[in-house]
Amino acid sequence: MTTTADPKGARAHARAMAGTRVPCMPTVPAGASADPPPGVAASDLLWEETLGAGGYAARELRRGARLRLVDLAGDACVSLLLFNAERPIERLNVADTIKLQWQAYLGAGSLLLSDMGRALASIVEDTAGTHDVFAGTSNAGTNAHRYGDGSNSGPYPNGRDRLVLGAGKLGLARRDVHPCVNIFKGVRVGTDGALVLQAGSFAPLRQVTLRCEMNLLVVLANCPHVLDPRERYTVTPARLTAWRGPATAGNDPIRMRSPESERAFLNVDDYFSR
Amino acid sequence: MTATTLPVLAARIDTVIAARAPWSAIVRRGERLLIEDLEGNQAVDFLMYSAADPGERYSAQDTIAAQRNIFLRTGSVLLSNEGNPMATVTGTTVARHDTIGGACSCESNTVRYGHHTKAQHACVDNFLEEMLRLGGGKRDLVSNVNWFMNVPVEADGTLGIVDGISAPGLFVCLRAEMEITAVISNCPQINNPCNGFNPTPVRVVVGT
Repeated sequence: MTTTADPKGARAHARAMAGTRVPCMPTVPAGASADPPPGVAASDLLWEETLGAGGYAARELRRGARLRLVDLAGDACVSLLLFNAERPIERLNVADTIKLQWQAYLGAGSLLLSDMGRALASIVEDTAGTHDVFAGTSNAGTNAHRYGDGSNSGPYPNGRDRLVLGAGKLGLARRDVHPCVNIFKGVRVGTDGALVLQAGSFAPLRQVTLRCEMNLLVVLANCPHVLDPRERYTVTPARLTAWRGPATAGNDPIRMRSPESERAFLNVDDYFSR
Repeated sequence: MTATTLPVLAARIDTVIAARAPWSAIVRRGERLLIEDLEGNQAVDFLMYSAADPGERYSAQDTIAAQRNIFLRTGSVLLSNEGNPMATVTGTTVARHDTIGGACSCESNTVRYGHHTKAQHACVDNFLEEMLRLGGGKRDLVSNVNWFMNVPVEADGTLGIVDGISAPGLFVCLRAEMEITAVISNCPQINNPCNGFNPTPVRVVVGT
């Protein structure tokens, strides 16, 4: 007779797993993190999770919250979707993000803009400098072509289907999965429009910190960049840490960085006038 | 292949989209969709959806990634969010077209130009009106194509909509690779050079 042949035995077996640690998992509660960001009190931690290869997450974060992403080993590639948590029909618009800021390359001080002319998030820290608004993420077909499989149930899940699952857990649907931003892998536009991929590997521990300028639904997937030329499914863990913080002040340097940025923040203020 | 003369199609539809107006039509697999810039430098914002599955739609990012280039030219294959070919650019007399600049909206105009532009008509309103009529909605609006629009990216990443490189009578011709619902906003923008500061009509032809 096995130990799991009856409910009590199965219960004991299940409970014996408690306390197991693996490299890629959430820390719950987040305040139990052994390594909070400098200056952040454990009581302010909201979320602590490490996404492994092909990992994904979906989360609500409030206005003022910070979300730090750390590329632990130099080959993370985090595809990001953002929605207004109150009205998810408002979402990240990558075209408006680059067009309204007259700049194709994201970095410290950049805004991630919604399709309603508002700042959803600001990049308050960026030690990576290699990000991508152009190439999007992998899909079932691209991963099947490169790795032999791209399904959620297989070893090489594709970015878009991970984002679909994340969005689905927030009540959204496949149609809501909009063009994404890729954090940690860069694309530059070369002569005559050609894409130049900055694939790495990069130094470990590069990091990006976002500041939520509205109440957000955040969906992330950590999958190889769709143009990553390596034959093997190459993506290393990304650590996510969020903590609560104040809403952005009226004299914030990112807000005042350009007339377009200031108006995007004015539109946020206007939205929260209620 | 670089087309030089306007293709002559056996037209099922041959119409002029008024300045600032929306338009949509089914284009069957194998049919051509010809768009003619009648008066020159008129941005034509374009989206398309699989007629069989409205959740399958044009994806600028998949298209850019697959061809490893931000510009659309003769030979560009426009891909869906499922990675499937939706249409091929079979010919154009304009050197390149845009698919990174997105569609203008009342709301983005306030950020770009100031709140005095909020009441001006915009492409997102055209797309939204058309999609709501077709049974879709705002969630179906994603990064689009801007035929005849010129958006260079400089070495330091600075980009912007600049003076056009189209002219009266220039065109783009597509072949549908699946049955699609093509949706157009004939761009009403008057605050930048995408329409030469003067929105004008364009001609569309659907046929074989």
